[in-house]
Amino acid sequence: MSVASSKAPSSTLGPATSQVPDAEGRFGEFGRRFVPETLMHALEELTVEYAKAKADPEFQKQLDGLLRTFVGRPNPLYFAERLTKECGGAQIYFKREDLNHTGAHKINNTIGQTLLTLRMGKKRVIAETGAGQHGVATATACARFGLPCVVYMGEEDIRRQKLNVFIMRTMGAEVRPVTSGSRTLRDAINEAMRDWMASVDDTHYILGSVVGPHPFPMIVRDFQSVIGRESRAQCLETTGRLPSEVVACVGGGSNSAGMFYPFVDDTDVELTGVEPGGRGPKPGDHAGTLSYGSKGILHGTYSYVLQDADGQTSDVHSISAGLDYPGVGPEHAYWKDTGRVRYLTIGDEQALATVRHVARTEGILPALESSHAIAYALDRAKQRPASDIIVVCLSGRGDKDVNEVARLTGQEL
Amino acid sequence: MSEATRIASTFSALKSADRMAFMPFIAAGDPDVATTAKILRELASAGADLIEIGFPYSDPIADGPVIQASYTRALSKQVKLKEIFEMLSSVSGEISAPLVGMVSYAIIFRYGTENFVKQARSSGLAGLIVPDLPGDEAATFAAMMANEKLDLIQLIAPTTPPERAVKILQRATGFVYCIAVSGTTGVRKELAPHLADMLKSLRSQTNLPLAVGFGISGPDQIEHLRGKADGVIVGSAIVKLLEPLSVAGTDTTSVIRSVGDFTRSLAKAAHRE
Repeated sequence: MSVASSKAPSSTLGPATSQVPDAEGRFGEFGRRFVPETLMHALEELTVEYAKAKADPEFQKQLDGLLRTFVGRPNPLYFAERLTKECGGAQIYFKREDLNHTGAHKINNTIGQTLLTLRMGKKRVIAETGAGQHGVATATACARFGLPCVVYMGEEDIRRQKLNVFIMRTMGAEVRPVTSGSRTLRDAINEAMRDWMASVDDTHYILGSVVGPHPFPMIVRDFQSVIGRESRAQCLETTGRLPSEVVACVGGGSNSAGMFYPFVDDTDVELTGVEPGGRGPKPGDHAGTLSYGSKGILHGTYSYVLQDADGQTSDVHSISAGLDYPGVGPEHAYWKDTGRVRYLTIGDEQALATVRHVARTEGILPALESSHAIAYALDRAKQRPASDIIVVCLSGRGDKDVNEVARLTGQEL
Repeated sequence: MSEATRIASTFSALKSADRMAFMPFIAAGDPDVATTAKILRELASAGADLIEIGFPYSDPIADGPVIQASYTRALSKQVKLKEIFEMLSSVSGEISAPLVGMVSYAIIFRYGTENFVKQARSSGLAGLIVPDLPGDEAATFAAMMANEKLDLIQLIAPTTPPERAVKILQRATGFVYCIAVSGTTGVRKELAPHLADMLKSLRSQTNLPLAVGFGISGPDQIEHLRGKADGVIVGSAIVKLLEPLSVAGTDTTSVIRSVGDFTRSLAKAAHRE
């Protein structure tokens, strides 16, 4: 575990608040819109329509209904009894996003944005995906409402995530391979944005993380906040108090934003984001944007970026395709600089070992993404007294990773 | 800006001669900066009125596959900003056509906005086009540019509603970059039917020259725009001709000559020669 990121908060920002972003999409100094003029009108339109939808009880009722009957919410807050006993410290709880329909938190956002698509009268949906979970969730939501769907996915990720590619196609989505650049999530976002530039009149781009230009970071956070809201209520109900610490993995940052946001104003609750430490701290060997990056602009937003001295985006690496991204949501940048959330890294090997460990100890196969967060939580629980509570977002199940885990551990399926 | 900028003066002179401005685009550093300098000289001697230089960027979302590939080739040779600025300094004195940088704000921000503007000025650039810095975010940067007597070219897209266009035009200097199509850069067979209406509407709102880019590739399209626009920008069709330069054993001189010939044909169409 590396804690390279735990720097002192910026003196100008003051304490973090949940009352962000402002009308221009600013989270402190971060966020905003840095996109070609062609997209500006669509972003303004989306901002207006989202504000109306958010205030519309009918929209919220439809969303809640779908989350309940189609997604399977609320999912449980599960006490990881054997892991807790083994660690001999704080009580460990998992928020079970892996039990959602399609197997990860991503469906929370895609159901919400698909309803927005219908509300705006758009006829087609595009999306990008890294590990495939957002692609599957988008394809699923589009199938549910009969919308045509194109998913951009890097060729390297297609290799790593064959199962999800198959599922997306089965749901009727077209998966378009991206062969430019590093052939991963970052390039898939570039291609999706290019498609959107040409199709903005009739197409909605369902962005999959809390990244991109305003209002996407806000919309995705809001739709994912159901994770933190439920966790908060369930923890109070089960234990009679709030958690001591809440932990989630951070790639682009959507499960963690959804998990952390409802706790931001609970200043006694420690919040910890776990980034992919990859093979180590050398540039190109990890995707720890907040831990090792610098302030910059990527994919239309101002946040932290892994980049060189000329502003060229760095190549990144993670064992987990879902965390393999050189940027991060602007709200995370804000939380980092205000000191509200502590960010650190867990490497490939520890994440990989944690998959097996959790499977054997709790009978749960976590996604490689989530196992970064769990790995940290297990270490952390040992340092905390038994009276403390650590809640970890188990953002997705590990079925999609079995081919890659088998390959990396030299096993045959 | 109280006194006319180099870009404004160029358009003004062309207007007096009843000519449209022809603006070719190339990426710096593809295949290397020394060759870029040669290409710039060739473009200028072939009749380019202004020349746009793309600064290679790893994630250019406004660009289509041809220009993206050009940037990728330049970056694969590790081209650096320092070399690009040095090259521009070395050629800008020899070329009378104003040079305009096309740069992502990601690069400018990382370099430091003030530093970048000063460096742009000292290396001989007359202005900048920053495609991912929409008017809403441009006020501070535009003021920095104005201080250095550089134009920050504003873009208007087919998707820009009239009320947004009014705001953007208030900040515009030099010329207005009118995006011909919804989409990325790249050759299109036909220009969008709404383009003439968009230009007519903009013409009634501003005295600034209107230049059309994205999708323009041939003399016919230039002819079609006569009387509607004051200039045309051609990028991908030229960058495509430069692709062989990255192939080992290619005769560099003949490739550059072919780009010169193509530029000459387009410039003649724009100048009605």
